[in-house]
Amino acid sequence: MSSLNVPRMADLAAAGKKPEILFWVGCAGSFDARAQKVTRAFCKILNETGTDYAILGKEESCTGDPARRAGNEFVFQMTALQNIETLNLYEVKRIVTTCPHCFNVIKNEYPALGGKYEVVHHTQLLQELIDNGKLKIDGGAFAGKKITYHDSCYLGRANGVYEAPRSLLEQLDNELVEMKRCKSNGLCCGAGGAQMFKENEPGDKRINIERTEEALATGATIVASNCPFCLTMLSDGMKAKEKQEEVMVYDLAELIVNNKGWE
Amino acid sequence: MIQQILFALVAIVAFSWGGRQFMKIRRNIMLGKETSLADNSGARWKNVFLIAFGQKKMFKRWIPAIFHGFIYVAFLFTQIELVEIFIDGIFGVHRFFAPILGGIYTLLISSIELLSLGAFIGTLVFLARRNLLKIPRFHKPEMNGWPKLDGNLILYGELLLLLGIFCMNGADAVLQQVDPQHYTSTGATALSSWIGPAVFGGMEQGTLVGIERFGWWLHILVVFAFLNYLPHSKHLHIFLAFPNVYFAKLQPNGQMDNMPEIMKEVKSMMGLGPEGEEEMPMDEEIPEFGAKDVTDLEWRDVLAAYSCTECGRCTSVCPANITGKKLSPRKIMMDTRDRAEEIGKKLDTGSVEFIKEELRASEKTLTKANFDDGKTLFDSISKEELHACTTCNACVEACPILINPLDIILKLRRYEILTESAGPSDWVPMFTSIENGGAVWQVPDDRDAWAN
Repeated sequence: MSSLNVPRMADLAAAGKKPEILFWVGCAGSFDARAQKVTRAFCKILNETGTDYAILGKEESCTGDPARRAGNEFVFQMTALQNIETLNLYEVKRIVTTCPHCFNVIKNEYPALGGKYEVVHHTQLLQELIDNGKLKIDGGAFAGKKITYHDSCYLGRANGVYEAPRSLLEQLDNELVEMKRCKSNGLCCGAGGAQMFKENEPGDKRINIERTEEALATGATIVASNCPFCLTMLSDGMKAKEKQEEVMVYDLAELIVNNKGWE
Repeated sequence: MIQQILFALVAIVAFSWGGRQFMKIRRNIMLGKETSLADNSGARWKNVFLIAFGQKKMFKRWIPAIFHGFIYVAFLFTQIELVEIFIDGIFGVHRFFAPILGGIYTLLISSIELLSLGAFIGTLVFLARRNLLKIPRFHKPEMNGWPKLDGNLILYGELLLLLGIFCMNGADAVLQQVDPQHYTSTGATALSSWIGPAVFGGMEQGTLVGIERFGWWLHILVVFAFLNYLPHSKHLHIFLAFPNVYFAKLQPNGQMDNMPEIMKEVKSMMGLGPEGEEEMPMDEEIPEFGAKDVTDLEWRDVLAAYSCTECGRCTSVCPANITGKKLSPRKIMMDTRDRAEEIGKKLDTGSVEFIKEELRASEKTLTKANFDDGKTLFDSISKEELHACTTCNACVEACPILINPLDIILKLRRYEILTESAGPSDWVPMFTSIENGGAVWQVPDDRDAWAN
């Protein structure tokens, strides 16, 4: 792995600087081996496009999303209020996240606790970088390839973002094939609502298998996702179906880095 | 004259009895807690026009949307004819609007007839979908017994209503030719002007009068029967869908409601609260958080339960249900309504045995505040169902009238975790890791180790 220069908020503050945007990494992006690759990919894009950003580093905590959805408001409030203290201390105005769960909580739920920021998901920021000419992508590696896109619940139905990720894929010049259930009808990967952290209730099937089968039915060789938990669930699904060699599950940021050859 | 008296009597009984039951439903809905309507009435009215009147969300599924559309528009239009039936019934006149409206009347009756034909076909299609095609969402476990019968009874009732209209207008069309002095011309209406003579032509005048009266009485009696049946039926959505859409949440689907009482507590624990803020009085009972019963929900949630017509779109898109788990969002709504009904019925008895035991000595009148029958929503909704929810919002998105089953599920989860300190044991390490380590997993590394 090449070394990556990632600015920390505290260092910038010590130098009297305030970045334009804070990159909220999230637990998965920080600790999950697969999601770390997405984090690094996104940082590469931020670096290459000269974006003025920083991360909180050790000062970042879990947003509290799974605790709140499990029902544990006490744990949620503790971690959320701590985060808001930190964010407000650095006078953060704008935040980008690679996790739609973090995105949803900071955007929609932190305001009631005193944390008001402009929050964007990384797919939206990527689109913005393209729109203002800082990021240029063209066909290349993925031109003509069949790709399907999995809507995460927390970017899609929870916040109504369906187009930014699709428009990115379009610019990668590949053939987007939609799954039977897509956009507002998209099927969950099975991880949300703190399901990621417990065993399934008895049933006929795992939800990620159901979704994986649907992705496989499109005949796509790449499944694009926008959420570290969906990434895990769908990758596990591909392994269970023994398709992990043929069908790759990538985050949109990885697709762009691949395309640019910034590896 | 006898008919007028009879009509007035039936109307009085139907309205007073029906009215009583609607008041009870209102009372049951208000069992819920206050609903905050951080208001934006413009957006609410927009929803009412697009989603309630406009049926926008029905069109996620085209086939039922079209047939439902016929029945719905026929229902709206027939209200005009119903007004006329009332005027005729009370004043003993016949087709009161016909001479006043003239050509417009012909147009109006023609539209009602065409829509009624559409509704008739729609109703037959719906009966077939329920009973012959056996569409899966109508045959989930929660639909066994009464809900299944209820769904069919409504459709049979609709057929009777329409049959009444067809008999009445058909026989009337022939009578207009036989006895034009008593039967005001309605002009050439779209269907009855030619189907009427085709079916009833050549009959004795007495028979025709009988058929016309049969149709008229059948229609109005079924309307009165509906009025009294609706309070016990899922078909209540024909009225409650409108207020339910108006009062539905406007915030993004992903946004959970804050719990200010816990926020305050945690802020003071962390030393973030404003100086000199009062401590929670220690002698008070430990407060309950979340919801265990209908009385802990917002009244908007109970209204939603009464508005649910059990179509099952929510359940058919629920990832947990699709993969064979017990959770069915529709059942959550049905259980909520059943429990509200149960509490309502027990309150009606006024029996002191339903007063909380510790209050029985001091309070003699049963009220919703001192009510306790030893049961809760958890008697019908299992923890297994609640735990299976991925909070994906598919059920919320699917509901044509903006019912939010997720809201209730999350409130029940909050009760289980916060008040009962229970819940899946798998979640405990996650809670502990967040609380102590600031991450969802117990991890040895620094949070920014990935960047080194």
